[in-house]
Parts: sequence; C-alpha cells; structure tokens
Amino acid sequence: MTDKLILPKKKGLNRRTVLKTMGMAGSAMAAPGFVRYAQAASSSPIKIGFQVHRTGIGAAYGHWYERVTTAAAALINEQGGIGGRPIEIVAEDDGTDPGRGAQVVEKFATQYQVDVAFGTLFSHVVMGSAPRAGELKLPYYVVSEGYHVASGKLNRYTFQPGITDVKSQVISLAPWISKNLGKKVTMIYPDFAFGYDHRDYFSAAIKGQGGEVVQLIPIPPTESSFTRYFPQIPAGTEVIYHVMVGPAVLTFVKELGEYFGSQHPALFGFIDSLEAVDFKSPGLEFLDGSYLWEAYPRFAGASPKPHDTFYRQKVGVDAYGASTSDPADISTFSHMFGCWETLYVIKAAMEAAGYQGAADKGKLIEATEAMTKLAEGNEHPQGEKLFNGKIHQSFGHQNITRIKSGVADVVYRTSIEEGLYEPEADYTKMAL
Amino acid sequence: MSFFPHLLLAVLEGAVAAATLALTALGLSLVFGVMRVVNVAHGEFYMLGAMVAWWLSQLVPAHPLLGFLLALIGAPLAVGAVAFATERLVLRRIGYDPEATIVATIGLMFLIQQLALSVFGADAKPVNAPFTYRIVFPWFGYSGYKLFVVAASAVLLLCVWWVMSRTRFGLIMRVTQFDRETATAFGIPVGRVYSAVFVAGAAIVAIAAVLLVPIQQAHYLMGLDPLLMSFIVVIIGGLGSLKGSVIAALAIGLLGGIVSVFFSPTFAAIIATLLVAFILVIRPQGFFGAPAR
Repeated sequence: MTDKLILPKKKGLNRRTVLKTMGMAGSAMAAPGFVRYAQAASSSPIKIGFQVHRTGIGAAYGHWYERVTTAAAALINEQGGIGGRPIEIVAEDDGTDPGRGAQVVEKFATQYQVDVAFGTLFSHVVMGSAPRAGELKLPYYVVSEGYHVASGKLNRYTFQPGITDVKSQVISLAPWISKNLGKKVTMIYPDFAFGYDHRDYFSAAIKGQGGEVVQLIPIPPTESSFTRYFPQIPAGTEVIYHVMVGPAVLTFVKELGEYFGSQHPALFGFIDSLEAVDFKSPGLEFLDGSYLWEAYPRFAGASPKPHDTFYRQKVGVDAYGASTSDPADISTFSHMFGCWETLYVIKAAMEAAGYQGAADKGKLIEATEAMTKLAEGNEHPQGEKLFNGKIHQSFGHQNITRIKSGVADVVYRTSIEEGLYEPEADYTKMAL
Repeated sequence: MSFFPHLLLAVLEGAVAAATLALTALGLSLVFGVMRVVNVAHGEFYMLGAMVAWWLSQLVPAHPLLGFLLALIGAPLAVGAVAFATERLVLRRIGYDPEATIVATIGLMFLIQQLALSVFGADAKPVNAPFTYRIVFPWFGYSGYKLFVVAASAVLLLCVWWVMSRTRFGLIMRVTQFDRETATAFGIPVGRVYSAVFVAGAAIVAIAAVLLVPIQQAHYLMGLDPLLMSFIVVIIGGLGSLKGSVIAALAIGLLGGIVSVFFSPTFAAIIATLLVAFILVIRPQGFFGAPAR
C-alpha cells in the first residue's frame, strides 16, 4: 500500500496560465483605443444585440439598417463609447420571421448575454419577439413604426424612441391630404399588422377631416403581381393612398403606372412603396407630380443642414439617398435613421442611469422612460422629437414631398403637435 | 369599372398567368415524364436563370434589348451546366431512385438558394424589359411586354412539341419514357438521354425565367411559387404528359387570373389547390396521364 494521497489538482497559477494571461493583457493594451476606455469602472464592452432582417421580405431594409448601425456604433466608440465603455454590436439575422425573431431575442439574452437588444423593423416580427424580450427582462428598442408599442399591447421592456409610429404619422398627414388632394380615398396596403395600422388610423383620421375611405385593398406582402388588384379601385376615387412593402415594391409601382398611365387619381404614397427603389427607374415616369410621405427626405435639397450632411457622410450616402460607393444602391432613407437615433437614445439613457451591467436594467428602463425631448443635431439628424415615457414612443416631424424629374422635394413639413394623440396606455405602471 | 373591361383585364391577366405556368411547368413535366424523377430544385433552376439574366443585363445597362438577348443565350447555358453537374454527380449516383431523388433535390434546393443569397444578396433585382410599350385601352393600360411573354411562351411550347414529336431525339425520348429496359435492349444510350433531358428541362425553365424576370424582379426566394404551381399543373395534367401539363396550365392560369380579378388572388390559389385534391381523388393519374403499368 502506498501512502501517496490522491489530491485534487492545485488551483493556483502555473507557468502556462500566467504567460497566457500576461500575453492577453499585453495585446489588449497594445490594441488601438485601449487608453480611451481605461478610466471606466469596467472596460468590458457594452453588448447590443442587433436583430436584423438580413434575409426574407425585409432584406432591403435590413441591409441598410446594418450599414447605419455599424456607422453609428463606430462613431459612438470614436467618441468614447457609452460611459467610457466601448459598444459591441452582436448582429443576428431573423429572416424577417416572427418565430425566428423570438429565438433571436432568446439567444441574445441567454447565449450572448447582451445588455440590450435593438433594431427590429417589420411589425409582425416585433409582435413575435417583444413578448419574449419582456419575459426575459431584456430591454428591447425597436425601430419599426408600428403602433404596437404605443398601443400598450407590448410590455415595459419594449421601446420605440427613434422613429414615429404610424398612427401619429397618418394623423399628421390626413388634414393636408384632404385639403390638397381630395376626400375620397382608396387605400392599398400590406395585409399584416403594419398595414392594419394604416387602415385603422388613416380611415379614422380622414373621417375626422370630412373625407372617407371608399375602398380598402389589402395585398399580401409576398405577392409578386399586382395588376389584378387594381380593378377594385372605384371610379370615384380622388386619391390613391398606397403603402407597400417587400421585395416586389418596384413591380407594384410599375404595374400601377401601366394600369393608369398619366390619367390617374392623385397619388399619395408612403415612401415604403419606393424604399430602396430609384425614382428614375424605367416605368416610373407616371409618378412625376405625385406625393410621398417621407420621415426623412431622401433628397438632401438645395440647402441641407450641417447634421444632415454629417449623417449622410458617416453612413456613406449621397445627397440623393444612394450609396456613395454604388449609385444604383438606393437606401431605405426614411427608416434607417431610426437605428442611428435609437443607438444615441440607448447611450443617453445608459449614461443617465449610470449603467454598469445587467443588475442596472431596471434603472435603464426608468432612465429611458424619463426622457422627454430629443434635440435635433448629429445625434438626431431627422429632427427633434418628443418622447412619451408612458407609451415608450417618440413623436417627430413628418414630410410630404413631391416627385419632379426623379427627385422628391419637400412641400410640407408637419409640426410635432399635428401628430400627437391621446395616450392609451401607461407602461410605467407595469412591474419591472 | 363595368363588366366588359373587367372581363378583358381578367382574360389578359389569365393569359399571362397561363403562359407563366406553362413555361415554368414545361421543364418539370419533361423531366418527370422521361426520367420519372421529381426535381424539387426545379424552382431554383428558375431562380438561377433569373439571376443570370439580371447579372448579364446589368453588364449592358444602357441596352436592355442586348441584355435580354445575352440572357436568352447565357442563362440556359449556365443553368444547363448546373443541371448537367447535378445529373452526373447526384442523380446518377443514387440511381434515379424516386425517394432518394426527392431528398437529394430538396437538399440541392436549399444549397442553390443559400448560394444565391450569399453571391447575389437578398435584395430584389430589377431587370428592364427589352422594350416598354403600354397598350392603351379606353379603360386601363396594359404592359405590351406581358403580351409578348404570352406569344413567346406559345412559340417555345410549339418548339418543344416539334422536338418531341417530329425529331429523332424526340422519338428516343419517347421510347425511353415508354420503357427504359426495352430502350436499353435496343441500344439506346439511356444514361445519355437522361442527361440530355435533365439539362433540357433546366434550360427551358431558365428561358422561362429570362422571359418572366422583367415583370417580376430576380430574388433568391422567387423559385418557391413556380415550384408549387408547376407541381399543381403537372399533377392535374397527368404525370408525364406534356400535353396534359400545357392544357392544365392554360386552364388553371385562365381560371386563376379571372378569379383573381373578380374575387381575390388568395381565393384563386385556394381553388387551384382544391382542384388538385379533387383530381387526385377521382383521377389519380391526372387528366392525360396513363395509369401506372
């Protein structure tokens, strides 16, 4: 019998781990940008989960959302990060699918352990993902436009601070439409949550102006042929209000042009029908003289503001809203600014809350809810916004533009007040 | 809109839908007829054809007609090459076993889709029509190019019919379809016939894609719809019968187009699917299919 005892392995340092640790620390210190964050209590990066529509029907938007997010994150890091800590974007594709969206949120919370999640656009994906974010208590900042956040149907962890919701948009536009274009409106909209927001709130808003919606034409977002829907447009229509999404938007407007030619009712389109599409594409000549809603006008105009120029330059977009590296690559200009502005809201809220880590999520929620005014500038290039902490929603200016020779110029910019409505909910009363 | 213009638009839409269906189902029907192989990747060959058409057309952005002609040559060649590789490297290795072929071509479908996504990206890509002409009716306008597609598909169908019924190669194909073993016994190189048929099926659907992409845009997921509709057409028309497929395409396209205009496109899709179920019950071999021997 030997008297040698079997002992657990020593937990102390051995030569190999010491060398490894020293090497890692050394290379980290040598890395560029290290000194800048050295003063922060913890210099580990703040992780921001970015739920992106890289594939599926939202891909054209996803591509640009990612480009803007990357540009904004680089800029924030250049400026010293959030509270002295760098930010790290963890991007994951959700396939523009609500089921996969929820899985992505779950992955962010459990696998990547991100501090916040952000960036979702398509409303059905938000509807699918937000409940899971609430259950996992993951602050979730969407850039979606849908009324779902402000409606009170979601939860305390879901915010939409970077872009105005559809209800507010259409309320602010209805008076102008009824006054300048006509009172009998036919609506063509996508057959899912986002389209229903348009249907419900625009119908109510135009009624309030003494007008009426004479026909509703919902179209499935995966549709690829549209002419067959147009006979439903009644003869007495004065205004065609169109808002389409998905990969076939160009086909939609082209077929609308083939159907009507130059003899058509007044056209008022949400830019969604033409996002990522060149106004100068062959077949779109009929759009000349028609009107668009744009959150953020694609065309910079004759005298752009300095922060507009700054934003375009950082994202790599020219004065016509096309990529500076490829003029054929048209951006989703009226939506993607929301990613930029939302990241700055997250930064401001985290800094106000003194955010250190997951334990401060409650403080972060409260700090976000406490925001009221977002000032126009490099951080909010689309314009100033009012934020309502009770319904977690921002309200900004909207623009009506008119297409002329392939370029859309602003004819009217709404005030924020024109888009305000009575809040229907109060998230701050929900438990954290 | 009053009844007559409404009907006119419905018939136009129906004709375009029928041409689209016939064009996309033709290749599938040919391959199934001769080889008894269900090619689930058929829709992806269609998508590849559209992508190649887009790629070639954007090389000569100022000349849509030249781009169209280039694509008319380039797309069937490129897609035919992919089909040839598939036939030699996959289908032949698994001995054209029906179940294995379905699984293998499902795999191929995802493979091609994801490759297209990583190579071409997820954006829809517009392709300009070789010419733009708007036909003006008193009540509405209609795309002249769409009617050209109807005419072109009729020509293509006639070509295929001529090859099948009037040429030596057509005779060989029909013999192989009728009885593979006897054909082998008579010295027909069945392996080579299979390759040729599979490549021809892919090339035809690539030509269909070149014709149709100016009215649809190229997108990496565009193959799913034509695949489903082609299956419906082939099942209703009768497995392996080209004539049946064409007649079924005309019937479903016209019916679908008319129902879409008067009621709703979703309703048209429901009717087509119900029709398939119904026909499978009362006539499992389809209208023109011969019962299994």
